[in-house]
Amino acid sequence: MTGYSALSLARQALTGHRSWPAAWRAPEPRARYQVVIIGGGGHGLATAYYLAKTYGITDVAVLEKGWIGGGNTGRNTAIVRSNYLLTANSHFYEHSLKLWEGLSADLNFNVMFSQRGMVNIAHSNAELSALHRRGNAMRLNGVDAELLSREDLGRLMPGLDLSPQARFPILGGLIQKRGGTARHDAVAWGYARAADTRGVDIIQNCEVTALRREGDRVTGVETTRGLISADKVAICVAGDSGRLAAMAGLRLPMESHVLQALVSEPVKPMLDVVAVSGALHVYINQSDKGELVMGGDIDGSNSYAQRGDPHTLDHVVESAVALFPSIRRLRMMRSWGGTVDMSMDGSPIITRLPLAGLYLNGGWCYGGFKGTPAAGTALAHLVATDQPHPVATRFTLERFDAGDLLDERGSGSSPWMH
Amino acid sequence: MRIPCPCCGPRAMAEFSYGGADLSRPVASLPLDAPSAPDAEWNDYVYRRDNPAGAHRELWFHAAGCRRWFAARRDTRTNDFLSEAGA
Repeated sequence: MTGYSALSLARQALTGHRSWPAAWRAPEPRARYQVVIIGGGGHGLATAYYLAKTYGITDVAVLEKGWIGGGNTGRNTAIVRSNYLLTANSHFYEHSLKLWEGLSADLNFNVMFSQRGMVNIAHSNAELSALHRRGNAMRLNGVDAELLSREDLGRLMPGLDLSPQARFPILGGLIQKRGGTARHDAVAWGYARAADTRGVDIIQNCEVTALRREGDRVTGVETTRGLISADKVAICVAGDSGRLAAMAGLRLPMESHVLQALVSEPVKPMLDVVAVSGALHVYINQSDKGELVMGGDIDGSNSYAQRGDPHTLDHVVESAVALFPSIRRLRMMRSWGGTVDMSMDGSPIITRLPLAGLYLNGGWCYGGFKGTPAAGTALAHLVATDQPHPVATRFTLERFDAGDLLDERGSGSSPWMH
Repeated sequence: MRIPCPCCGPRAMAEFSYGGADLSRPVASLPLDAPSAPDAEWNDYVYRRDNPAGAHRELWFHAAGCRRWFAARRDTRTNDFLSEAGA
C-alpha cells in the first residue's frame, strides 16, 4: 500500500490519476477469524484499526451488510465536539476529540477535520445559566469553553438575528473553539484503508443472519456469505443493535429511532462555525461545498424506516430561519434519515455481553460520529483485554440495573426525550 | 406519516404525542405495592425494550385533536399501522 503524500500525488498526476491502487482489498471471507466485527461503519472500522495497530490483533474481519460507511456514518451532520456536562461523557468525548486532532496524520488520510468552533446559543436566562454551568463543568474537566456575549455572537455570525424583535431573542452563548466538523465519508474510508493495510479483511455485502454459540460461548456468525467462525464477535451496528442482541436472546435498554437531516442549495460562505440552539432543536453548519447542513430532533416514535415525517423537517427549517432570516429563500436540496440507537439514559454502551466472547458497542443516540475514534479505541481495548478502557468504564449495561445512569439531559427512561 | 386516531380517523403525525411502547407494569406491584415486585422485573419494565423491526404495539396521544390516549400496532420498518384499539 502506497502512502498518500504530495510526492505520490504529483507522481500520479503525471499519469492522469489513472494508476492509483485500490484503497482496500475485496477479499473472500475466510472460514475462521480471531475477531469478527459486525458492522462496517466508522465504529466497526475504527475498532478493527485499533485492534491491529494498538493490540497487534490482525486476524480480524469486518462484516458489512451493505457498503462501508453507508449507514449512519454517511448520514450524520458531521459535527465533532466534546462539550458535555457529566464527567464520564466529558472525559470520553474529550479523549475522542484529541484523537480527531491527530487523525488525518495517524491514518495518512485527510478526514478534513475542521476546528471551526462549536457555538451553543441561549434564548433565555435559564438557558444562559445552564450554559454557564456546562462551560464551568467543561473547564473543570480540562475541556476548552468560553462564554460569548451577544456582541461576540454578532461578530462570529453576522447573519444571526440579534434584534429585540427576533422570534427567539438571543442573550448569549458558549463556544468550544476546538469543536467543528469532519468529512464523514473520509472517516470510514480512512479507517478502512488503514485497517486493510494492517491485514484486516473488510467484507461488504455480507449480512449476519444468526449467531453461533456453544453453551454460554459465542463461536461465530452465520452470514449471507456462509458460516464464519470466530473466538470473539463484536457488534457495532448502531440502530440494529436490538436485532443483533435478539439473536443472542438479549433485550437491550435501547430503542431505534429515525433522525433526519437536510441540506440547502450551495451558497457563498456565510457561516464558519457550527451553530446550535438547544431551545429550538436545530444545529446548522455550512459544508465546504457551501450547502447549509441542518438537523434537529428525532421524529419521536420507534423506527427502522431510515426516513421520517416532513413535520420534523419543517420544524428544523423554521428554527434555522428564525436564527438566520437571510436564508429564508434558500431551497432545500436533499433530506434523509438514519436509524439511531437511543439508549434509555442518552449515553452509550460499550460492554461485554452475558454470552462469552460477545461484545456490544451501541446506544450512541445523537453522538456516534463524534465518538468514532474513542469508541473504536475503547471497544478494541475491551475485545483485546476483556477490561473496559479507562475512559469508558461507566458505559456498562449494569448501570441500568444499579441506578448509576448517565442521563445528560435528565429526562429519564424515555429515549424520544433525549 | 398518518396516524389512525380511533376517534378522529387518520390525522397528520404532527397532531400527536408519542407515549412509547405499550408495556405492562410488573404484576406483583398492583395495585400500589411496588416493593413486592423483584428489582429485576422493575428494571426490565423501566429500561429493557423488545425494540422490534416490525410490528410494535405503542401508545399515542392525540394532543392537537380529541386528546385521547390509544394503543396501536405499527410496522416500524414501513410506518404502516396494522390495527387500532382504544385504551
